[in-house]
Amino acid sequence: MIALLSTAVFVAVVVVVVTRSPGWGAFKTYFLNWSIYKDSFPEILHAFWLNVKLFCVAEVLILPAALFIAVLRSLQGPVFFPIRALAIAYADLFRGIPTILVITILGVGMPALGLSWLPQSEFFWAVVALVLVYTAYVSEVYRSGIDSVHPSQAAAARSLGLSHGQALRFVVLPQAVRRVIPPLLNDFIGLQKDTALVGTLGVVEAFKQAQIDQSATFNGTPYLVAATLFVLITIPLARFTDWLIARDRKQHQAGSLA
Amino acid sequence: MRKALIASLVLAAALLVATTASGRSAGHTAAAAIPGCAKAQLGLLDSAATTLTIGADNPAYPPWFGGNEKTKPWKVSDPYSGKGYEDAVAYAVAKQLGFSKAQVKWTVVPFNNSYQPGKKPFDLYMTQVSYTPTRAKAADFSRSYYFVSQTLVALKGKPIASAKSVAALKNYTLGAQIGTTSADYINNVIKPKGKRIYDSNDAAVQALKSGRIDGIVVDLPTAFYVTGVQVPAAKVVGRLKTVGAPEYFGAVFPKGSKLRGCVDKALNRLWANGTIRRLQHAWLPNANSAPVLK
Repeated sequence: MIALLSTAVFVAVVVVVVTRSPGWGAFKTYFLNWSIYKDSFPEILHAFWLNVKLFCVAEVLILPAALFIAVLRSLQGPVFFPIRALAIAYADLFRGIPTILVITILGVGMPALGLSWLPQSEFFWAVVALVLVYTAYVSEVYRSGIDSVHPSQAAAARSLGLSHGQALRFVVLPQAVRRVIPPLLNDFIGLQKDTALVGTLGVVEAFKQAQIDQSATFNGTPYLVAATLFVLITIPLARFTDWLIARDRKQHQAGSLA
Repeated sequence: MRKALIASLVLAAALLVATTASGRSAGHTAAAAIPGCAKAQLGLLDSAATTLTIGADNPAYPPWFGGNEKTKPWKVSDPYSGKGYEDAVAYAVAKQLGFSKAQVKWTVVPFNNSYQPGKKPFDLYMTQVSYTPTRAKAADFSRSYYFVSQTLVALKGKPIASAKSVAALKNYTLGAQIGTTSADYINNVIKPKGKRIYDSNDAAVQALKSGRIDGIVVDLPTAFYVTGVQVPAAKVVGRLKTVGAPEYFGAVFPKGSKLRGCVDKALNRLWANGTIRRLQHAWLPNANSAPVLK
């Protein structure tokens, strides 16, 4: 009851402040035009399909690639130093460069090399760029998961006669991956939104289509359409993550009771 | 009546002195004041009404703007040079309204910011903006200062370079800058197999150069600039037939601008007295030098 009341008061204050601002009329005509919203929706929805394809293909490649990098980074012993160093350098580099720059450099630069055996497709290079950037992020997520598994687990596995690889595969990783599912999905949502950057290569995805409609009408409502679509796809995913975590916790508690 | 006449003659004489004193006499006409368009009545950004602020995008490209990079932050061309077609038209309009060359101030405004809501940093905006009725709902436009032909540019020797009709362009991938009527032409008229819409004309030109797309659609003078300066390996394939009402560039004003009517009157004069034709001849390539694709 109190929650309801405080929400109502909060919303009322925001509405009054916003609608009484001096630019509200101009803002309303620029961003909230229902007929433009309706007109531009089908086109932007059609373009959004490209975003969906981009993040689905990229995510399928990112998950195993990032796990691979994380495992490389967790290799022990001085022999593997060069491999560890490479994995660290890669993660540092691609987490450091803004995604839009990676997309532009690969998408514009690679075809410009004029090598006939290199793919020319913007879709291909966009996926490569997104995979490179997000694999760097996701490998760090995996690594934190691996680090969070107590060393005694690996030690116990080794004492049972499992090799380092087997201990990793059957004991450490299953626990590590389960723990990092929420941040993994977090990065997946980030990836979904970053597909909007691919428009910089000229391909018409949702944001680019919104820009096209905006410049044709000199009205910003199409941006709102694109925003709606991105939100529509991320909210179910966020709720799904919550559900997954809740289920996992229940199972764990059930296990501890037994 | 007589008094008004004398007053306007005196004003005209004063303007003539002012303009020649500042070292420019580009127009053939001595700019007589436009009735009802005294500087103070134009509702300018400059409350003293001594400066006319014109917005343009940066870089400012030939043949629309000219001169060498000189005034910061302008790139490629310098709008303060008065060279290039839009540049010259802007100064001619300013002169009609009674502003000397030194009283014109240029300010950088990206195209997409030219019509967004909120206070505008310019009195008028000139960067090859095409008039459309839908756009006119969000911003005010002047009458035409240039009638546009959409033009196709492709790399020499490619199959598309010998296309003879608009229908023959269907099987190619074409590109254009976002928000331009060139992009609309690709979308609505050509409807090609592949289309790429870039954030800038440069990005489109780069894609053409590296062979990611088969052709780009631009306005005719830009087409000659692309083939002449930016991509010598490309050629002007042809002008694309006009569909619907003739397309034109107009100056853009904030909605409800008082200046618009006066700029229209100034442009009327510049069309009538041959200035526009002369400036087009001086700064733009001959339209008839490119074939028309039906």
